[in-house]
Amino acid sequence: MVTLNVNGKAKNVDAEADTPLLWVLRENLQLTGTKFGCGMALCGACTVHLDGKPVRSCSTPISAAAGKKITTIEGVGATRTGKAVQAAWAKIDVPQCGYCQSGQIMSACALLAEKKAPTDGDIDGAMSGNICRCGTYNEIRAAIKDASVTLVKGA
Amino acid sequence: MDTLKTSRRGFLKSSTGAALSIGFALPLAGLSGRLDAATPFSPNAFLRIGSDGQVTVICGSAEMGQGVLTAIPMLVAEELDADWKTVRVEQAPVDKAYNNPMFQMQATGGSTTVRAFWEPMRQAGAAAREMLVAAAAAQWKVPAAECRTEAGQVIHKSGKKLGYGALTAAAAQLPVPATPVLKDPKDFRILGKRTRRLDTPGKLNGTAKYGIDAQVPGMLVAVMARAPQPGAKPAKVDDSKAKAVKGVRQVITLPSGVAVLADGYWAAKKGRDALAIDWDLGAAKDLSSAKVSAMLAEGAGEPDAVAVDLGNTKDAAATGAKSVDATYEAPYLAHACMEPMNCTAWVQGDSVEIWVGTQSQGPNQGILSQVASVTPAKVKVNTLMLGGGFGRRFAPDFTIDATLLSKISGKPVKLIYTREDDMAAGFFRPASVTKFEAVLDGQGRPTMLKAGVGSPSIMAASGFMKIPDNGVDTFAMEGIADHPYDIANQRLAYGRKEPGPQVWFWRSVGHSQNIFFIESFIDELAAAARQDPYEYRRALLTRQPRYKGVLELAAQKAGWGSPLPAGVFRGIAVAQSFGSYVAEVAEVSIGADGTPKVHRVVAAVDCGMTVNPLTIERQIEGAIVYGLSAALYGRISFKDGRVEQGNFNDYPVLRMNEMPKVEVHIVPSTEKPGGIGEPGTPPIAPAVANAIFAATAKRLRSLPFDTAQLKKA
Repeated sequence: MVTLNVNGKAKNVDAEADTPLLWVLRENLQLTGTKFGCGMALCGACTVHLDGKPVRSCSTPISAAAGKKITTIEGVGATRTGKAVQAAWAKIDVPQCGYCQSGQIMSACALLAEKKAPTDGDIDGAMSGNICRCGTYNEIRAAIKDASVTLVKGA
Repeated sequence: MDTLKTSRRGFLKSSTGAALSIGFALPLAGLSGRLDAATPFSPNAFLRIGSDGQVTVICGSAEMGQGVLTAIPMLVAEELDADWKTVRVEQAPVDKAYNNPMFQMQATGGSTTVRAFWEPMRQAGAAAREMLVAAAAAQWKVPAAECRTEAGQVIHKSGKKLGYGALTAAAAQLPVPATPVLKDPKDFRILGKRTRRLDTPGKLNGTAKYGIDAQVPGMLVAVMARAPQPGAKPAKVDDSKAKAVKGVRQVITLPSGVAVLADGYWAAKKGRDALAIDWDLGAAKDLSSAKVSAMLAEGAGEPDAVAVDLGNTKDAAATGAKSVDATYEAPYLAHACMEPMNCTAWVQGDSVEIWVGTQSQGPNQGILSQVASVTPAKVKVNTLMLGGGFGRRFAPDFTIDATLLSKISGKPVKLIYTREDDMAAGFFRPASVTKFEAVLDGQGRPTMLKAGVGSPSIMAASGFMKIPDNGVDTFAMEGIADHPYDIANQRLAYGRKEPGPQVWFWRSVGHSQNIFFIESFIDELAAAARQDPYEYRRALLTRQPRYKGVLELAAQKAGWGSPLPAGVFRGIAVAQSFGSYVAEVAEVSIGADGTPKVHRVVAAVDCGMTVNPLTIERQIEGAIVYGLSAALYGRISFKDGRVEQGNFNDYPVLRMNEMPKVEVHIVPSTEKPGGIGEPGTPPIAPAVANAIFAATAKRLRSLPFDTAQLKKA
């Protein structure tokens, strides 16, 4: 039994210590907003936050997540950054198939939490680990800049 | 109150000739004493209106990002004169009522949804609107002609108004008009307006449900070691180590591979990795990419199925001033959808239920009824969101495997293919080798064009199509056989070759390679004629106003001919596919290591009348990214019978840091709608290749681009 802190709540899960956090979130905790894409930390669809930092949950064993604050797409809207990012994503109407967008939003939130006004270079650096096969990269960039305006204003 | 006559059925013949089943749900007001939102007005299979005025549109097409869950409601809402804010959408079950009129089956592909449903959905909305008007007119005791509708209300010329919600009970008693009057497109209020997607909110907070998110109590999760070639069989399986993994419940060998069923994905995956399988690769055991190329080149050299035979190519060849020959090649490609293939199935007694993201709901019902030996009516398909489709999810391999695994295990089973297992086992865009010969006259104008296309047949591989009697696989030749250029003497032919890998539909299908071939070759002709490639095309398109229209618009918006920053060069290409015309101008520079960098793409699209320009812009942009990924990186290669790629490390795709600026310009048009999911893909590879030629004088004739050739000495 491992205790995980997920979106502010303590959760006991019965899983092997080497189980990737992704599958515990999706299967044990039914938090299916975090997606499986590649299983090798290549595509970013499974991105969640550990203590606010973006990690690929497909390649993070739960043993490494225990004792840290885990935030998923289901919980990130409770943060000021998350709310601004989701609002910007809605305004720009970013998603197409939408499958990668949970991971994109989590990566974008981590970037903006660290840097309220990222440059294009910062965006490339923070977001190039997240693949979108529908090709919404320009909309993602626009939404990050839009959220940035909200966050800078509120600062 | 006639509460027992709860349903009757009628049929509405649409002008496209398709029969639409109309199911009537009569109000249950007699039972409840009032009509509420739960007992709606439902004049046909596509639409429900609650007494609260809420409009629910039922969509039979699958949503894979292309926007059908918004486009279909827009079509209905336009003719209904609904208040868009009150419109929501629901995914339909499998029913003949939802058959795509262009396919005669309930399936989503070929950029057909808007083309196929443009009239039927408008008729569904218009019929309901006429019934609501008639109900209001009857209540007011005025002629219906004195009433109009706007934003969910019937309005009498006196100024009296009634919301649709208040009219549902009375409207439901009226006959459905057989030939409702459709609006003149100039009166459209919803169609043609940039409209945000109805499915966006759930895609921002994790609540949208994709196939992979299906949850059935008591289900096992299966991961499968899939046969690495069609026809390959597991010859010897040692599953002892797999069964020793904690959580593994069962190992099942199917014709297509060996599945490990476990309590969850991780145990199933560990079990799958612990399998020891000797594969019998059969005929494919020596397959290599070099052999594929040699076979296809043979097909291109002696093409025997003639698609186009015009004039006299022999005489033209003898009298020309200059000849240009070139051979092009494109590799097999995987779709690499973001969501790995998966299906959850539960076979219980004489029934099957699946939860899946599929492009072929209707065909799956029939196929799975055979797989599980039940009647088709006993197969229930729950369509969830698709994490990308691109044609891959038209195939039924994952639904068949999941159904077999549930039938054999007796449990609900969620089958997930790992990305590696999916990429290894096929469903590839066909590889192709195409040989061109052209002759130019003294002015540089082409007088003769010959093409030989060597490629496997998707029609033969599809399982539901047949190669026509002339032997020409439509998909292998599309884009070449119907090229728009005015050339008097032509012989365009197909040489079918089947190296073995399973081929399939891939976003834009044959156009994905053939437009690269022909639009690069036309560029070669322009260069041979020492003419500007844009002007050269224009002169050959005088009888093709829609091609010429997008070509000119793209060139104008891109500033064709105007100066660019040092080191940046332009290329242009144009194509028609799926009823839509797209031209793209790419601005490209070449890095010192030979890597092409695409800075900007300017696209012009003529897709006829538009439904949602926002979707059109996004689909063209996304299709460009999809085609650019393939042009820069996409390649499935074979060695010793096996695929050499498995995941995004060795099958790279475009990422944020490589994304060009994209501009999309839409040609205003009153032509009937064209498709939009695919037509943006074909022109990008040749537009970039032509820009690379402009930059380096090097003509790249195979995909993906060989950047080693571009390295600065």
